[in-house]
Amino acid sequence: MAGNADAPDTGTDTVPLAIEARGLVKRFDGFAAVDGVDISVPEGAIYGILGPNGAGKTTTLRMLLGIIDPDSGTRRILGADRPHDVATRIGYLPEERGLYPAMKAVDAIAFVGALRGLPLKTGRARARELLEEHGLGYAADRQIRQLSKGMAQQVQIIGTLVHRPRLVVFDEPFSGLDALNQGRLERMMRDLAATGTTVIFSTHVIAHAERLCDEVAIIAGGKVPFAGSVDVARDRIPAQVRLETRAIDGAWRAALPADARNEGQFWYFSLPETGIEPLLRALIEGEAGILSLSIERAGLHDAFVAIAGEAAARALEAESPVEQKR
Amino acid sequence: MSKSVETGRLSTFAAAMVVARRDFTAILFSRSFLFFLLGPLFPVVVAVMAGGVGQRVQTSAETPRIGIAMSGEDALRMTTARDSLAGSAGIPLPDMRVIAEVRPGEAFDARARLAKADTTAILSGTPASPVLTGPQRWVEEWRGPVSLIAAQAEGNGPRDYAKVETQVVVAKRGESRSGRLKTAQGAQTLLFLLMMILAGMVLSNLVEEKGNKIIEILAAAIPMDAVFFGKLFAMLGVSFVGIAVWGSMVGALVLAAGSALPSLPAPAVGWPLLFALGVVYFAMAYLLVGSLFLAIGSLATTVREVQTMSMPVTMLQLINFFFASFAMTEAGSGLEIAAIVIPFSSPFAMLARAALDPGLVPHVLAIAWQLVCVVVFVKLGSRLFRKRVMQSGPAPVRQRRKLLSRLRTARG
Repeated sequence: MAGNADAPDTGTDTVPLAIEARGLVKRFDGFAAVDGVDISVPEGAIYGILGPNGAGKTTTLRMLLGIIDPDSGTRRILGADRPHDVATRIGYLPEERGLYPAMKAVDAIAFVGALRGLPLKTGRARARELLEEHGLGYAADRQIRQLSKGMAQQVQIIGTLVHRPRLVVFDEPFSGLDALNQGRLERMMRDLAATGTTVIFSTHVIAHAERLCDEVAIIAGGKVPFAGSVDVARDRIPAQVRLETRAIDGAWRAALPADARNEGQFWYFSLPETGIEPLLRALIEGEAGILSLSIERAGLHDAFVAIAGEAAARALEAESPVEQKR
Repeated sequence: MSKSVETGRLSTFAAAMVVARRDFTAILFSRSFLFFLLGPLFPVVVAVMAGGVGQRVQTSAETPRIGIAMSGEDALRMTTARDSLAGSAGIPLPDMRVIAEVRPGEAFDARARLAKADTTAILSGTPASPVLTGPQRWVEEWRGPVSLIAAQAEGNGPRDYAKVETQVVVAKRGESRSGRLKTAQGAQTLLFLLMMILAGMVLSNLVEEKGNKIIEILAAAIPMDAVFFGKLFAMLGVSFVGIAVWGSMVGALVLAAGSALPSLPAPAVGWPLLFALGVVYFAMAYLLVGSLFLAIGSLATTVREVQTMSMPVTMLQLINFFFASFAMTEAGSGLEIAAIVIPFSSPFAMLARAALDPGLVPHVLAIAWQLVCVVVFVKLGSRLFRKRVMQSGPAPVRQRRKLLSRLRTARG
């Protein structure tokens, strides 16, 4: 699968796809909110759409779900060209959470299930079970307006899952959740994937994508410059080498890569394409006196900067300075 | 791509019913619905009371009258007898006035005189052998009082009443139609009033939905058409509940105050069918206007915006009502056909037609046409909604500002 022509082949072409979108374009008032997005989501994967606000994440998800139609491009969800044809197999948690304030929690969950084809009676029974499982059994018959914001969000997440969907789409699911509930949601997403459910979510928090995702699509300015596995994204940037030598100078320095920079006895540079062995040989033969050597693989953040650009990365950091640090 | 195609969706109707059930229950069991039900009853009570006063005024102004065509002396005896009995007879006596002095032996054509329509019936002959000519209803109703007045005029006792000869005149088609026009007008006005009271409910519904941010969940799960239909069905159901409650209460008031319904001439299709068609045409009119209001409601984000944007539609409803009312008086003309074809005036025009014309085939065609229009309007509304509303980011704000600015300019 590949997000675009530049994205490397990650070897998932043989895996059945839950979502496949090609060349999605959506314009609002002439402005291209989404401009030629390609996305392929393997079945059973946890897939993240990573980008700053305004990058086109929500619009992309809305097109994939059939809430709005693309101006051009194609999409297939669970094998159907029209998303509503498989609506009973999909769960969706929008970015802007919403429930009827006067409805009881159990009825709100059953109603969302009924929209997805689950009979109301079954929906109510499952709602009670799920609320119990999540420690909210005592609130089953309370009106939504009587619940705290966090509880209401949990009720909505349960509503998203009550009909046991094969594909779950979360739009910025961690926004507004405290650390404890973020952890719960991460576990829930992993549990869903473990049962073969495909999970796709949008986020502007790299840490969530890095921790959870098998694959990501990096989106900026309505385009997807990269779509593929997190490993492949990280491999876009050469690993960083930190070398500590006893000698300050010598003939061995000529063997260091051109981007090597010196800080005291430490040298920092990208791992050469030829690998570390020729360099080590040159250092030993040149009597550099190697005190320590570490090779660090690039993080998703570095990959994001390299792929989406500094501006997009700064926007991402500005939106979630606290969450980024987690 | 996945090889196995999994399918699963609710039909549009099933999806609409999920939405309709939720909306219907939520509205019906809300506290505000009670106030909504009671609200229009206050003006109705006032109207009934005022109507009672008005009816008395109208009754005195338009009391059916007997025209006397006798010799001067006989006519004077009859009117004197009538006046002397008034108040003591114990029964209501018809108003009488002399319309012609007939010399003995002179022929008088009562039927021709009735055609002038300035009297309801004509009393000719003599007090000893009076002849009452007029429509069946009045001849039967007045035979007794006329006999009593004639006996008084003759100075006879209660056991020697004059025998009143009667001549029944069948009402002409024109008179019958004129009466039915009143029925048609009444039906149209009632339909219009119900529409004005109830159609506004649809307006605020989607705004509330957007306030609750539920709309995206609905739009993701089911087609927008189904959302719109569901909301319309729910509101229609709520309207019927309202109409049933109001109808029962008004009916009780009317029964208590004395039946007002019989004073309207029977419609051409008969009362039961007129009521049935009234229900159908109310539903059609509601769905048509409701679909328009839903489209407006979907574009607005606040109640204030809704009020601004719905004003032209409300004005359109008024124009529509006047148009249908006027077209009713031009039966069979191009104007009436236009009123029937234009979707928003069609239910009004057809309800009037039901009162005036017994044919049923046009109703079948009109209802089918109105249904098609409802489906088209809902489809257009939902398409507009998907196109204009479901955008993230700042674009919708810009568009709303643009739209409101345009509206303000247009109003200014």
